[in-house]
Amino acid sequence: MPPALHPLLVRVTHWVNAYAIVCMVTSGWAIYNASPLFPFTFPAWATLGGWLGGAIAWHLAVMWLMLGNALVYLAGGLLSGRLRRVMLPVSPARFAQDLKAALTFRLDHRDGVYNAVQRLAYITVLLLGGLAVLSGLALWKPVTLPFAELMGGYEVARRIHFIAMAGIVGFVVIHLALVALVPRTLLSILFGRIPDASTEKLP
Amino acid sequence: MKETSALLRRFERRHLLRSGLSLGALTMLTGCNLQDGDSVDRVLWAMSRFNDRVQALLFNPNRLAPTYDASQITRPFPFNAFYPEDDAPDIDGDTYKLEVSGRVEDKSPWPLSRLRALPQESQITRHICIEGWSAIGQWSGVPFRIFLEHIGADLRARYVGFKCADRYYSSIDMATALHPQTIIALDYGSAPLPPEYGFPMKLRVPTKLGFKNPKHIAAMFVTNDYPGGYWEDQGYNWFSGS
Repeated sequence: MPPALHPLLVRVTHWVNAYAIVCMVTSGWAIYNASPLFPFTFPAWATLGGWLGGAIAWHLAVMWLMLGNALVYLAGGLLSGRLRRVMLPVSPARFAQDLKAALTFRLDHRDGVYNAVQRLAYITVLLLGGLAVLSGLALWKPVTLPFAELMGGYEVARRIHFIAMAGIVGFVVIHLALVALVPRTLLSILFGRIPDASTEKLP
Repeated sequence: MKETSALLRRFERRHLLRSGLSLGALTMLTGCNLQDGDSVDRVLWAMSRFNDRVQALLFNPNRLAPTYDASQITRPFPFNAFYPEDDAPDIDGDTYKLEVSGRVEDKSPWPLSRLRALPQESQITRHICIEGWSAIGQWSGVPFRIFLEHIGADLRARYVGFKCADRYYSSIDMATALHPQTIIALDYGSAPLPPEYGFPMKLRVPTKLGFKNPKHIAAMFVTNDYPGGYWEDQGYNWFSGS
């Protein structure tokens, strides 16, 4: 039997992360609604916690789950060398080539191998996650921890935290759209492998 | 009777957090085998107590909150309370006396003149509200450490609690009470605190969120028994340090 496309560690941390991200984003929207930065609020049905106290309780509880899970994922990926293997290299030329192919629907989907566009997307969302954590720590502890001052102050950190959230949500939207285009990828992230995996063109 | 009211309070707290679970939360929780609101609440409360301990460990008694220039002060400084501005209590400064109780040697009450006679300090710091907004203001008054030492408070006690004239109440940890920027603010800008900002006195704690800065303080006490607070008992994190 061929090795799993997604090792168990990746599958478990993926789904824990999916749960944590949904909790963090929806409770974060509820917190945003208490004092909107921009002239809009998020619909109440899409928020978690019901009132500000509940939303913050969720946000500051699930942050530990998210952080612990991310550390497990990163430690596993770095120690096994898998993170480097699947994410690198990303060259501008390859990226331009693969992006053009994707936009004209001629990009190969090979299970287990990320094209340059995917690689850059995954690297970007990892960096956005790091930015969300750092700006989140800046907001949670603007005096105790140095991050708020490094970012230009509490009010700047608020905006950075929002931008990081928006970027992550944008990634999730594209991510889910691609799963809808190639539904069998759902099998590999659930069970590790795809029955009868073969290379085929994107529809 | 006391036990009943404690039970009732606990129930009310639970109920508040549980009623906070929106439909979105419930649908998601169904998928995660956490269908019982009570157990979710217990986890959230336990995590909040865990976060209290983490924050107490992270707290650095010597690290100062950033200070600002007078030109950076937010004008007008926003009013904030659990009631509208018109309902701010009307207190007579001539007859006002701060009551002191608990683990202190000198429990004599403090008229404003006696507080004014103690050393005063001024600060321009950022008030950060739990709602997310922030505003810069200037407060002056007695460094709380000096006051606590003056009344012979047990500085190894765990909490300092506050009862306010507007039925608000709150409490802070002793380490924060002794922080050099924690002051009993008597003035806002160059004038005595106006009613909307907490006349006759407000605890100004730039290392904590705004709701941990009680206004219109009528009584304070030093204790080892967790005193809670108006918002804290409903689910806001107790330590809420910044």
